[in-house]
Amino acid sequence: MARIVGIDLGTTNSLVAYMADGHPLVIPGRNERAMVPSVVAMTDNGLIVGDSAKEHLTRSPERTVYSVKRFMGKSLEDVQGELAYFPYHLTEQGGVIRIKLGEKTYSPPQISAMILKELKQRAEAHLGESITKAVITVPAYFNDSQRQATKDAGMIAGLEVLRIINEPTAASLAYGLQQKTQGTIAVYDLGGGTFDISILKLKNGIFEVLATNGDTHLGGDDLDRQLADLFVKEIRERYGLDLNAYPDHMQAIRLEAERTKVRLSDAMKTTATLDLPDGKGRYERDLTRDQLESLTMNLVERTLGPCRLALKDAGLTPNDIDEVVLVGGSTRMPLVRQRVQELFGKIPHCELNPDEVVALGAAVQADILSGGTTDMLLLDVTPLSLGIETMGGVMSSVIRRNTTIPAGAKEMFTTYVDGQTGVDIHILQGERELAKDNRSLARFRLKMPPLPAGVPRIEVTFLIDANGILNVLAKDMRTGQSQSIEVKPSYGLSDSEVERMIEDSFKFAADDVSARKLIEARLDAGALITTTEKSLLEGGHLIASDNIAATRTALAALTAAKDGADPRAIRARMADLEQAAKPLTVALLNDSLTKGLQGKKVSEVT
Amino acid sequence: MDHQHTHSASPRELQMARSMCWHCQSEMSGEYFCERCVKVQPVSKELDYFTCMGFPRRLTIDPRQLETKFYELSRAFHPDFFQNKSAEEQTISLSNSALLNTAYRTLRDPIERAEYLLDLEAGSVKQIRNSPPADLFEEILELQDTLNEYRAVEQTSEAESTLRTKLQSERNMLEQRQRNMEAALQQLFVQWDALQDRGEATSQARAERDRILKEMREHLSNRTYVKNIVSDLVSTIG
Repeated sequence: MARIVGIDLGTTNSLVAYMADGHPLVIPGRNERAMVPSVVAMTDNGLIVGDSAKEHLTRSPERTVYSVKRFMGKSLEDVQGELAYFPYHLTEQGGVIRIKLGEKTYSPPQISAMILKELKQRAEAHLGESITKAVITVPAYFNDSQRQATKDAGMIAGLEVLRIINEPTAASLAYGLQQKTQGTIAVYDLGGGTFDISILKLKNGIFEVLATNGDTHLGGDDLDRQLADLFVKEIRERYGLDLNAYPDHMQAIRLEAERTKVRLSDAMKTTATLDLPDGKGRYERDLTRDQLESLTMNLVERTLGPCRLALKDAGLTPNDIDEVVLVGGSTRMPLVRQRVQELFGKIPHCELNPDEVVALGAAVQADILSGGTTDMLLLDVTPLSLGIETMGGVMSSVIRRNTTIPAGAKEMFTTYVDGQTGVDIHILQGERELAKDNRSLARFRLKMPPLPAGVPRIEVTFLIDANGILNVLAKDMRTGQSQSIEVKPSYGLSDSEVERMIEDSFKFAADDVSARKLIEARLDAGALITTTEKSLLEGGHLIASDNIAATRTALAALTAAKDGADPRAIRARMADLEQAAKPLTVALLNDSLTKGLQGKKVSEVT
Repeated sequence: MDHQHTHSASPRELQMARSMCWHCQSEMSGEYFCERCVKVQPVSKELDYFTCMGFPRRLTIDPRQLETKFYELSRAFHPDFFQNKSAEEQTISLSNSALLNTAYRTLRDPIERAEYLLDLEAGSVKQIRNSPPADLFEEILELQDTLNEYRAVEQTSEAESTLRTKLQSERNMLEQRQRNMEAALQQLFVQWDALQDRGEATSQARAERDRILKEMREHLSNRTYVKNIVSDLVSTIG
């Protein structure tokens, strides 16, 4: 089997690693550095990648792409809020973002592929063999389209992506191998653009993910922005200069903000400096660690919510966590370490280089897939619930979030109206009660022979493979007719949407529950109205006229209440109607019993 | 899920139903792998989760034993270990793993395990009741009234804090009730296991079986009802 490499395709930096004699190693470039800046620049001599491209950030900002990972698998609409921060030009085509570089436009997977190609060549030069297969890591909270986009990037770069694995779990593999750890660990992964928290149980070589949570729009970039925004504001006040008009200086200030942040991880104070345009001289700003921390406090706090939710989903408290592992360059910040330590009540591990540990883990997973490592196995989970829209616009969960993958589930569905000739299947992703509040993944229609309501039986099978890719199969159990679809989210399945869905699911949980109750009450009321009307037609002659009148009154009251917004009122009117219609129900029962007995001998009855 | 038909056949018979290796067509003697050509075999979708994980149909299961078995079977089936194998084997590995994961998730939780067993033995249990359990009827009605009142009063008023205290004690009461139901269920689990261990085929044993299942269904359904009321209550008073 050809060698499989492990690749960490990061927001800020990317790395490639391989397994040598049971130890994962990162592959350095000619400059001896392992990290390739995830930057692609269009120069007069063509496209360049990495360190040399990074130099172009301030030279030709509009033709130098960085942080492209933030745009993977997204539509332009999803990223409206942060477009102002990027000096390169973004457009959209067919629901996919395009980045304009000179005359041509490139999709984010294409830009990522250039970075992957650089890593591939680096590995080939180092190992002296052709590399065609890779394991690539993604944030645990990446959705289907982002994972798919990452896979596409690999393909464009000429790599067969044998597995997409989650960054925090990859890190745990590297740690597990190194430390022979047993017990429950939390991996806190704050990268350049994304945040993940994963809780895992390590036992005899099995790495079982118990729960994962995160925020795919929170990382070191956002911390830098806080500082850069402060600098821009001060420069405007002090020099009357709006740097937004100078893309090259905006890049310089972004990079200086990043360097300042990094320096303040070791030093208690530092000075940020920037040469200003138009001969305005030099901006200098003294900054203390305290000042940086008060600027970034809120962002660091935002990582703690997902940590608590992951613990809750795993059914654990901070005391149950044996070890905490820090991953991602942003975890070098003392404030981050301090808050993580406070939350979990233990000193976090950072023995392995937080910039390299994900790539090392990817190399371990690559070795497992090639059959080299057989004593380790990663059992990961799906980060978001999957479901299907049912009557009344309610989402019925089929695979809950944090279910171990591969995961399969079957649900039986039926028709609601007599003679219905098809069933629309609408597949959703998210945690909210109502379909419209969740992300729509795909729709398809299953044709069926016209039958009375409730007679058809449609079995829907969801199958999520080890890459987290979803397949859905719908089958009519009576005819055996089936229709299979691969969920390829062709339109903007946004991250921000996922986050909003998760955040909203907690913010609006109460609203959702009552909305769901109302829908259910209305459905039940509708069914009761239909059956009562039918009973009146069939058995009206069997009961006294005042009973009929009472039933009709209750029927009218329920019909009125059904359009109201109070599920309790609807339930109350339903109870009234059931009470009023009791004589009718009893009469009909007796009637059918009598009819059933007619023509039978007494001996057969007794 | 269509498991109603599986309980009449013994696990062994079900295993035997798939007596030939899909690949080399030789007689199957291994459990999950053909002993002759060493190909992984599909775990039948008809197998119930107990059989799939090699546990008897009992309601008391040692979680450590279950976990050990889960890890062992994961090592046997996981797609990671079939990367170099044929497409057929990869497909089998994927569907076996998915089935295994579902089986483990179901059997790991005592309540889900009992609901599943009830489903196997006596048909679906999942219908959630719309009306409260008879002995809780009055209390639930009163609770609904108090909840409505609470939603209507001004926050941080004195009435609010009185109602909150009242709801809090209601919550404690209901949670106690839930624990009692779980204790009663626990006893039924023990009774079920003992009856199965005796393995009698008398009409008395059958009556006992039916009684246990009936009571279990009642308790499970009441517990779900109370649990939902409690979570409703918690989401209201925070």
